[in-house]
Amino acid sequence: MDLLTAVFVAPFLDMAGSPVFLAEVVIVGVLTGVMYSLVALGFVLIFKASGVFNFAQGVMVLFAALTLVGLMERGVPVWLAILMTILVMIGLAFAIERFMLRHLVNQEPIILFMATIGLAFVLEGVGETLWGSNVKALDVGIPNASFEVGGILLNEFDLFAAASCAVLVAVLAVFFHYTTIGRALRAVADDHQAALSVGIPLKTIWVIVWSVAGFVGLVAGIMWGARSGVQFSLSLIALKALPVLILGGFTSVPGAIVGGLIIGVGEKIAEIYWGPLLGGAIENWFAYMLALVFLVFRPQGLFGERIIERV
Amino acid sequence: MIYREAGQFKTTYTADQAVFPIVQDRWFIAAVAFLALGVPFVANEYWLQVVLIPFLLFSLAAIGLNLLTGYTGQLSLGTGGFMAVGGYMTYKITTAFPDLNILVVFAAAGLISAGAGLVFGLPSLRIKGFYLAVATLASQFFLGWLFNRVGWFYNYSSSGTITAPPREILGIMVTGPEATAEVRYYVALAIVTVMAVAAKNLVRGRIGRSWMAIRDMDVAAEIIGIRPFRTKLLAFSISSFYCGVAGAMLVFLWLGSAETEAFDIVVSFDVLFMIIIGGLGSILGSFLGAAFIVLVPVLLTNAPQLFGLTMAIDLQKHIEVVLFGSLIIFFLIVEPNGLARLWQITKEKLRLWPFPY
Amino acid sequence: MKLRNLTLSLVGLSLVGAAAGAAGSLVTTAAFAQAEQFFPMLVYRTGPYAPSGIPVANGFRDYYTLINERDGGINGVKITFEECETKYNTKLGVECYEKLKNKGPTGATLVNPFSTGITYQLIPKAPVDEVPILSMGYGRTAAADGRVFEWIFNFPATYWSQASAFVRYVAQQEGGEANLKGKKIAHVYHNSAYGKEANATLEVLAKKYGFELTLLAVDHPGQEQKSTWLQVRRLKPDWIFMSGWGVMNQVAVKEAAAINYPMDHFVGNWWSGSDADVIPAGDGSIGYKSTAFHGAGTGWPVHQDIIKYVYGGDEAKAKENNIGEVLYNRTIVNAMFGVEAVRTAQGKFGNKPLTGKQVRWGLENLNITKARLKELGMEGFMKPLKVTCRDHETGGSVIIQQWDGKKWSFSSDWIPPISEVVRPMIEEAAAAYAKENNITPRSC
Repeated sequence: MDLLTAVFVAPFLDMAGSPVFLAEVVIVGVLTGVMYSLVALGFVLIFKASGVFNFAQGVMVLFAALTLVGLMERGVPVWLAILMTILVMIGLAFAIERFMLRHLVNQEPIILFMATIGLAFVLEGVGETLWGSNVKALDVGIPNASFEVGGILLNEFDLFAAASCAVLVAVLAVFFHYTTIGRALRAVADDHQAALSVGIPLKTIWVIVWSVAGFVGLVAGIMWGARSGVQFSLSLIALKALPVLILGGFTSVPGAIVGGLIIGVGEKIAEIYWGPLLGGAIENWFAYMLALVFLVFRPQGLFGERIIERV
Repeated sequence: MIYREAGQFKTTYTADQAVFPIVQDRWFIAAVAFLALGVPFVANEYWLQVVLIPFLLFSLAAIGLNLLTGYTGQLSLGTGGFMAVGGYMTYKITTAFPDLNILVVFAAAGLISAGAGLVFGLPSLRIKGFYLAVATLASQFFLGWLFNRVGWFYNYSSSGTITAPPREILGIMVTGPEATAEVRYYVALAIVTVMAVAAKNLVRGRIGRSWMAIRDMDVAAEIIGIRPFRTKLLAFSISSFYCGVAGAMLVFLWLGSAETEAFDIVVSFDVLFMIIIGGLGSILGSFLGAAFIVLVPVLLTNAPQLFGLTMAIDLQKHIEVVLFGSLIIFFLIVEPNGLARLWQITKEKLRLWPFPY
Repeated sequence: MKLRNLTLSLVGLSLVGAAAGAAGSLVTTAAFAQAEQFFPMLVYRTGPYAPSGIPVANGFRDYYTLINERDGGINGVKITFEECETKYNTKLGVECYEKLKNKGPTGATLVNPFSTGITYQLIPKAPVDEVPILSMGYGRTAAADGRVFEWIFNFPATYWSQASAFVRYVAQQEGGEANLKGKKIAHVYHNSAYGKEANATLEVLAKKYGFELTLLAVDHPGQEQKSTWLQVRRLKPDWIFMSGWGVMNQVAVKEAAAINYPMDHFVGNWWSGSDADVIPAGDGSIGYKSTAFHGAGTGWPVHQDIIKYVYGGDEAKAKENNIGEVLYNRTIVNAMFGVEAVRTAQGKFGNKPLTGKQVRWGLENLNITKARLKELGMEGFMKPLKVTCRDHETGGSVIIQQWDGKKWSFSSDWIPPISEVVRPMIEEAAAAYAKENNITPRSC
């Protein structure tokens, strides 16, 4: 009975007891969720356009941030460094297409998935060889002051990150739905060979989409890197993006956002109100469990394309 | 010429359905067995401890995952979690019943692991493909958290680390610090041999066929009367049994002590690599893949010294990582069906050699 | 198709060749009867914990080089060392250990795993392989009981002593132990074997002094800690103690600053107080404290010697190699312990390369006096210590250092642990280990 109370009653009483704090938890959850979405977005882009579950996205985030901070350390001004990093990411996209994807056209998805893990190793090694393994402070001039609004503590940096993510998503959604390239991307995702046969330049499409994913990775790298310093661990945030990804659906840009929000708010509430009951640090698996619950009802994620099977 | 089946006649169905119907194959297996038994006489402790023992236990884990992913088509990233169940349950059982034969304990821990696989396999009834893969990460993270958090699993030691206590079979130390690498190697070899043969027979029989039917098209399989519910869950539990025993071996025959970090997500990925590089849906491939993933990093680490190169250790590690990644991509490009497929091609070629049509 | 098979078989052949070659080179580790003492180095210059691993590796390398360059070795016995990359990964650590344990004319002198996970792994192996382990301020706390853990040394302090010293420090700051009653203390810890070490001690002390303890776990790697710091915000603890590692430290310091937590009430343990931990947080980290058992900076003669002998007077290059950083200095201490242990053992066994067994004797009879510290150029850098057969921890006092935005400096006196609580816990844990592994404790 005590247990039941502890699980089903006490946390809610707790929430009702201090609505301001609950509001703060929710807001922090939303802001964190947006940061997850930012990483998840990179996965979605590439999966949507090439059917590749790109596990190297996390390392791409690291690689972009390392390049940026490495250039800045050598005295390059911020704006130029960002520009140069974008160019590097585009070059990377070319290289990936030329040396990897081109040879793997029409392979099983799992082979492509594994190849991206191999790619993750390569990028990790190259990035650290070029820029070193030490932690580097990243300061691109985003304000970082905290202020209180009605008892809720907000941080300028978090708000800025959320805003830039929102803009990014809006732009990408428009791009996918209303431009010729966007439609071509979706065609490629459906079927490589069919897309080729109607004259869609597969190689160009891939370079474009990997470049865009590299750019999204750069944005994610700046946001996360400014918080923790740029270092190897940055690549591990990919693991926090995966539940977002399956919850929202691999193929949906808005799904990545909604998924991020659900996961962000869900895991914060779970950790703070139920975490102490279980001994804490439940966030990581809770996010996956939450995603799993949604999947049982919608196996293709909230916004994923419906899976149709024919015998 | 050497590898030719002409002249080998089968007079019974049993002979025709043997695991190795060709004489040369049997000779080959005998040679491998001989080598495997003889290796401790030539290898030093470094090789046993760093290459051979991990190779054996990861082969077992790879077989387990191959049953699930290669034969049944259910992509799983929860291998590390199921191995953790095996490791921790072995510790728990053997400290509770110190007199129980350690091999029995391994099997019992494997069974518990199978139970865990059953539970975490449930979502597979609705979820497929990459969605399932990511969903199985839930088991990875949950089990890791569980064994880290609940003191009962590690007998409430202050740090949550489990240590293999000394246990003996027939008066010979097989676990704990005093067990020699040779003994631990032989025990691992015995376990892996028995379980690999079992797996081979399993996939040739009715169960294996139903798994493959599910893999190839589950809707169609259901129509011809295979129950997906039972078949998928059976695959999950048997696969987890294999992984659980491998996890027990990891703690008790290899590392000697472990915390949950030893079973983290990297392990799951490594095992998945093994079956992909080795060959999906092939028992032999599991061994080849494990050899590749275990051996290549060791070779790469030792290679610069070999050629008399000295370089900064961090640079060396970075180059090693790059090379490892490139090798994986290279193999996937040239032979997406894995090393087992290469082996098969070689055999086909040998059959015709030296007089191709 | 042809070409593809050709390349494949070439790759296969070269792999086999490499394997055979590697086997050959590994088998033929011929013993050279030279006057060399071999120190294995398990380092992590890459991977998620590289920012901590790099100064550690450099510190070891520089101190060993210093002894060779300045003194011509330990009483004429040259030091040789070899680095092996572990990535802070337990499995690679074991590989490195196996690779290095038989190198040099007399095998590995002693091993400094610099990772709690690897230490745990090696503890059962140490008596079998006869390689002593010096896990300085990490690893298994119970190893402080030398009667059970003959081969393991964790002086000058353990996690449990450290946690109790932290509580004593808080008591000092609050104006006496009586004032601890009703105070709220939070422990933010890395959710791993290492991070959990302090929990039991803090729980016992919470009961004893009546403060309210909250344990907040942060999962590896600790990139995202919003919920932890939300809980801190709600709880408003009077003091926070942190057992962090790697990226967790940087994020925690930054988040604490973001919720305007008073930084001088936020105390990291000695693995959460290095330069790399506070620099990314910028000015937000000013006032942050951590425990330590040695000084920070380059203000001691030993540093001048390193600049002079190792870097040829090139101070900028030395700075690039982390000289004076907290973790660098810590390894200077660690390397010094190893070298002095060999020196002590040489007093008994003669000035020649020593085996692990002989060095173990040296470790157990190590006596670093104040005068000796002065000779070593480390006066005031750390506390003198004397190891005994019973006590492998020696004292366990810590000192609090504080970050002022540019450098760490001491902000307290040496704080002794609450031994009457900690020592019985250590002995109890050691006895439990002895029972589980059929070890008969030595009598001393």
